[in-house]
Amino acid sequence: MTQLLHTPLHDLHVELGAKLVPFAGYAMPVQYPMGVMQEHLHTREKAGLFDVSHMGQVIVRGDDFAAAALALETLIPVDILGLEPDRQRYGFFTNEAGGIMDDLMLANRGDHVFVVVNAACKGADIAYMQTRLSGVTVTEITDRALLALQGPRAEMVMAGLDPKAAEMRFMEVATLSLGGVECWVSRSGYTGEDGYEISVPAAQANQLARQFLAHGDVAPIGLGARDSLRLEGGLCLYGHDIDARTTPTAAALNWAIQTVRRSGGAREGGFPGAAVVLGEIANGAGTRRVGLLPQGRAPMREGVALFASTDDAAPIGKITSGGFGPTLGAPMAMGYLPAAQAAIGTTVYGDLRGKRMPLTVAPLPFTPAHFKR
Amino acid sequence: MKFTEEHEWLRTEGDIVIVGITEHATTQLGDIVFVELPELGTIVTKGDEIVVIESVKAASDITAPIDGEIVEVNAALIDNAALANEDATGEGWFFKIKPSDPSQMDALLDEAAYTDLIS
Repeated sequence: MTQLLHTPLHDLHVELGAKLVPFAGYAMPVQYPMGVMQEHLHTREKAGLFDVSHMGQVIVRGDDFAAAALALETLIPVDILGLEPDRQRYGFFTNEAGGIMDDLMLANRGDHVFVVVNAACKGADIAYMQTRLSGVTVTEITDRALLALQGPRAEMVMAGLDPKAAEMRFMEVATLSLGGVECWVSRSGYTGEDGYEISVPAAQANQLARQFLAHGDVAPIGLGARDSLRLEGGLCLYGHDIDARTTPTAAALNWAIQTVRRSGGAREGGFPGAAVVLGEIANGAGTRRVGLLPQGRAPMREGVALFASTDDAAPIGKITSGGFGPTLGAPMAMGYLPAAQAAIGTTVYGDLRGKRMPLTVAPLPFTPAHFKR
Repeated sequence: MKFTEEHEWLRTEGDIVIVGITEHATTQLGDIVFVELPELGTIVTKGDEIVVIESVKAASDITAPIDGEIVEVNAALIDNAALANEDATGEGWFFKIKPSDPSQMDALLDEAAYTDLIS
């Protein structure tokens, strides 16, 4: 059995009474004594501190930003070259079939691209970039922790350490001095709330986390609430809602592919699976990721088969994420349905312990986003 | 009060036995958001899966602790599953069963044995 890796905040998690579980090779806090439900609500009402140091932080450097951006555009169907300095955007690697190999965040840090990738994929992602990209260096940053401070009070807490934090807009990046520590900060997150993600030197991560937690409005939040927050926010979890077999169009992620990379754009295509991806943007995909609201009180979770009626033998789709939404106050799910049966308001049936239970196709997100545009 | 290794508690009231899950169980499960209870009048056999508990984390089953007939279920728990977290051995009870063989109760754990089990 492989030893689980520890993040720089491991001792703090233990001290705070976290329940630690294996996740992508790391011992990660799934919840603290407050519990998933209260942690979720606290984040929506005040501010939550998340340790996401297991995620991969990568610097891609070429002769200049443009060189690194253009290299990455050969693997990622997103306008990276057009990112303004100190701006960030969402993207993903596609494979030759147009499927999504991982989703990620990309930032223009002036002379390089800063990339944050999923923990479970980071080894493969970094090797892939190193193998496939020429003329750039791909360096994993292993001496920095990654924290997220999310929720309506995050701005006030951050501004108490560096007033410049309050001036940042959604998806802006900056280098801030938080309690004297140089941090790479983005105004983004994975909860649907306003908030920040903070790359901090590992040696100072504890000190910074404790400064945040010393604030009465900040509570530590585990992966359990992170999952219910992102699902209410309609955000995909890689390996569940999107994977190597789901295309951007099927995943309802066309918005992430800017026109400059689409058919007729100045830098059209030029990424793996471009023919499939651009064809689907034009003509649609056979299936579509949708929000689903169970009509009863019982949550329906990942893997539940979806049917068009209570007696059809063959499923038409399945749930890829599901659970209870603490802010929604009801069960919620995401899943895939045939595009023709994915209209908002459609009733489908999930097989729950042998019974067909109705769900309604619903718009995402389930709870309104509160970004600082 | 008697207990099972599946963390149910059983309290006899006259010829009826009230069943719920222990505070230890609700703590382990986390916030409970939905409980599916058996239908009234169901005849159950010890070991039958008769309750599904959904917490924010996962679904889990509870089996019938003894043989008998389900004579009442906790309607308040259907409306507010969190009662099981808030008052596991009181307002958060699950169902009442009329035992077909009351002597099955003797084979269950007493409080000391259950405390040993979870310590």
